[in-house]
Amino acid sequence: MAGKPELMPGTLDLLILKTLTRAPQHGYGIALAIKRLSDDVLTVEEGSLYPALQRLLLRGLVKAEWKMSETNRRARFYTLTAAGRKRLGIEMSEFERMVAAIGRVLQNA
Amino acid sequence: MDPLIEFFRKLSRLLRRERFHSELEEEMAFHRERLEQQMRDDGVEDEEAGYAARRRFGNELQLREQSQDVLSFRFEPLLQDLRYALRQLGKNFWFSATAVAILALGIGATTAIFSVVNPILFQPLPYSHPERMAMIWEARNDGSPLEVSFGSFYGLRQRSRSFAAIAVERAWQPTRSSTAEPERFDGQRVTPGYFRALGVLPALGRDFEDADDRFQGPNVTILSDGLWRRRFGGDAAIIGHDITLDGNLYTVIGVMPRGFENVLSPSAQLWAPLQYNPSLPPDGREWGHHLRMIARLQPGVSRAQARSELDAILPAWAQAHAPGYTSSGGPPTGFLVDSVQADMTRDVRPALLAILGAVAVVLLIACVNVTNLLLARAAQRRGEFAMRAALGASRARLAGQLITEGLLLAFIGGLFAVAVAELGLRGLLALSPPELPRLAAVRLNGSVFAFATAITTLVGIAFGLFPALHISRRELQSGIRQSSDRTVSGHQTTRRTLVMVEVALALVLLVSAGLLLRSVQRIFAIPPGFDPSHMITMQVQEAGRRYQSDADRDRYFTRTADAVRRIPGVVSAAFTSQLPLSGDFATYGVQFEAYPNQSFAPAFRYAIDPDYFATMRIPLLRGRLLDEHDRPPAPVAVVISESLARHNFADRDPIGQRIRIGPDIGHADRPWAVIVGVVGDVKQASLSGGEPDAVYATRSQWSWVDNAQSLVVRTRGDAAAMAPAVRAAIWSVDKDQPVERVATMDAIVAASESQRHFALVLFEGFALIALLLAATGIYGTLAGSVTERTREIGVRSALGASRGSILGLIFRQGMGLAMMGVAIGFVGAIAASRALITLLFGISPLDPVTYMGVIALLLGVSALACLVPARRAAGIDPAITLRAE
Repeated sequence: MAGKPELMPGTLDLLILKTLTRAPQHGYGIALAIKRLSDDVLTVEEGSLYPALQRLLLRGLVKAEWKMSETNRRARFYTLTAAGRKRLGIEMSEFERMVAAIGRVLQNA
Repeated sequence: MDPLIEFFRKLSRLLRRERFHSELEEEMAFHRERLEQQMRDDGVEDEEAGYAARRRFGNELQLREQSQDVLSFRFEPLLQDLRYALRQLGKNFWFSATAVAILALGIGATTAIFSVVNPILFQPLPYSHPERMAMIWEARNDGSPLEVSFGSFYGLRQRSRSFAAIAVERAWQPTRSSTAEPERFDGQRVTPGYFRALGVLPALGRDFEDADDRFQGPNVTILSDGLWRRRFGGDAAIIGHDITLDGNLYTVIGVMPRGFENVLSPSAQLWAPLQYNPSLPPDGREWGHHLRMIARLQPGVSRAQARSELDAILPAWAQAHAPGYTSSGGPPTGFLVDSVQADMTRDVRPALLAILGAVAVVLLIACVNVTNLLLARAAQRRGEFAMRAALGASRARLAGQLITEGLLLAFIGGLFAVAVAELGLRGLLALSPPELPRLAAVRLNGSVFAFATAITTLVGIAFGLFPALHISRRELQSGIRQSSDRTVSGHQTTRRTLVMVEVALALVLLVSAGLLLRSVQRIFAIPPGFDPSHMITMQVQEAGRRYQSDADRDRYFTRTADAVRRIPGVVSAAFTSQLPLSGDFATYGVQFEAYPNQSFAPAFRYAIDPDYFATMRIPLLRGRLLDEHDRPPAPVAVVISESLARHNFADRDPIGQRIRIGPDIGHADRPWAVIVGVVGDVKQASLSGGEPDAVYATRSQWSWVDNAQSLVVRTRGDAAAMAPAVRAAIWSVDKDQPVERVATMDAIVAASESQRHFALVLFEGFALIALLLAATGIYGTLAGSVTERTREIGVRSALGASRGSILGLIFRQGMGLAMMGVAIGFVGAIAASRALITLLFGISPLDPVTYMGVIALLLGVSALACLVPARRAAGIDPAITLRAE
């Protein structure tokens, strides 16, 4: 899998939360959204997606309910909670600060 | 986020985990289907798409495990591991049983020893601020401790400011004869500060006060809780009532609390004031060295400060009481202020520490042995682990599994160990030497269980960790291919090292046990100076008011001895004021007319019936023995021991020389005693002790008649069988005199070395266990190695190696391990024998006979352990093994 960039540690939660701001989504949908929105650059490994979702559930940042999917099958849909929205805000500003900082280093060093 | 909410979320999920698992599975299945669907849409073949989706999805098992890890509590995998571990242990019953038995033995023995050693050496004494308690001794010229005299105590109590309480005590054995059988109690005579120094006050009534301790003061007594309940029905109305002791009425003024532990005299059941004469007459018992002094320091005063204060008080006091000090061998050079615990344990400490060390070695060997078994099993289970790893179990999870199995094994072993410890403790208490203090506090209590649990846990984790460290990634991968040869070497190296360690540790224990055995043999080879065979002894305590004068008491003992002599089967009988090797220890200063300026060296003093020498078969060397003419008013005749003669009359004939003993010293008005004979030396304090200077006088010519006298009886047949007849004869003269300490002389001699004997029995036991474990270790490792090398051996014999050469090959491999172990153990044994040195007697810690004998034994047993697998190897049929290949 040479050439495919690995996700920076800690960013998966951020991406999941961001994806869910648009609409409730199931696991596959989340993975697909990240892939598409990043123009196929970022692939979420499913092996890390589900543990991450469980972590977010546990921390109360998302909630899950079973609904019918677009293909008419039962699927678990994840929705952002108020706490999740708040957390997303914090993480995004932190992430931007970090990217900016890295950028400054890369340009000036 | 709120950890509490998170906790409840986890909990609810744990309670509904079946549903959680099925939901997760369903969710993942959905994901996979969509992935497949999409690939098919992208033009991938049906079947191919399925595989690809699954590949993309990753290892489903691993994924599930990870998702669960996020959610589950840590103990959930633990429960799974535990179930699995139980199944594993059950499946290999004999393996498990062996390991559990070895562990139970190791942990149980360690726990039992710890339960004895802990209260004696480590736990603080059961008093408030035990660090402020101190024992005080007079210091001899050589700095060794000497029991204090009342004279010294009296001066220190008056003048010192370092103590919150200070007291002296001595043993007291009153008899209560108002009941059907005379009963003798153990008690103490104490000065009023005694209980305050211990920091324990009576639960009922009052403590002793200064008014109780007047010379010829009131007869008052304090009872122990046990005596009060046993003899007086636990009735609180006993306070103020009188009880009869030694024919006198004593008023009960107090009862000590239940559970009061009296470390200075654990068997004491009642107490009375000392009531010595404060005018300190120079020739009285007030100057005898027979009191133990205990004190409680003022807060903030150290023992060193107290000592320097006491030493500062001494010179002026000694000068003011020169005659008193002179009568008892001169003033001390100073005082010693010890911690009570250190003081109590001084004699037993080396033996106890050596035993603790030995049992630790046994535990270590047991652990090494079980680790070895586990490694062998881990080698067999490599396939299983590789499979689990391939199915996605993480390395940490596998290590967790192994540690769970190790802990489970250890705790099952620990459970059985409690039973082993309980049995072991009973044996230990039965065997324990009488000088062990605080035996009442020895039991399996909370701290002992905490200790056992701690070592069990440690051992268990070590068991798991060891094989876990051996699961390397490479091995996990290669394991599944069942290619054994290359990876075996790692295991084998570790196992061989462990076997060497086992052999080395076994050698350390064997050498220690051997040295002790030889020491004890040497000690019992020492002639005690008398013939202990066919002798029964017992102590008669004449303590009633019946015999007021010394003359009456002397007549009573003479008549009693006569009555005993008339028993058929009795060869001869005599009373003595002290019995050799029994723990009796009465020494007095001796003043020589020939050496007026010499200090008065102490000698053992025996007041005896003239028949004593014949009964004990103590040989006469010069002059004559004492006889019935040596009684008042004839001049006092004494017989001295050979060593006293040699030490003091090297250049002249002792016969006819004159001496004064004990209280007569320095009194010009007292008659000199004439030395009429010299007899052989008799060991008094211990067989291993030095040369015992001794002076013998007849009972009637000694300054007083002792209350307690030991009867020695020589019999024709079995001595022990004569005990009832002898007792009956004693009671035929006076039925109110208690008879104590009935024992054959052989038993007394054997018991005199009980501490070494105790250490020896334990070391022998431990060494035997170590030897067996080491032998099984060698056997197990070698047998495993033969199994693993079956193909190689088959090839060798197919290529023409003879049975003999294969036997030799395996045998040499095993013996190589044993010899390496012996070489390592040799160094360890030399170090260990240094620690044993105070227990050794008459041999060097490097005694070549012991070392060579023990090494020969160990190598011999190792050879046996090697022979079995070697013979099996030689019997391998090359055709079968090669066909299997």
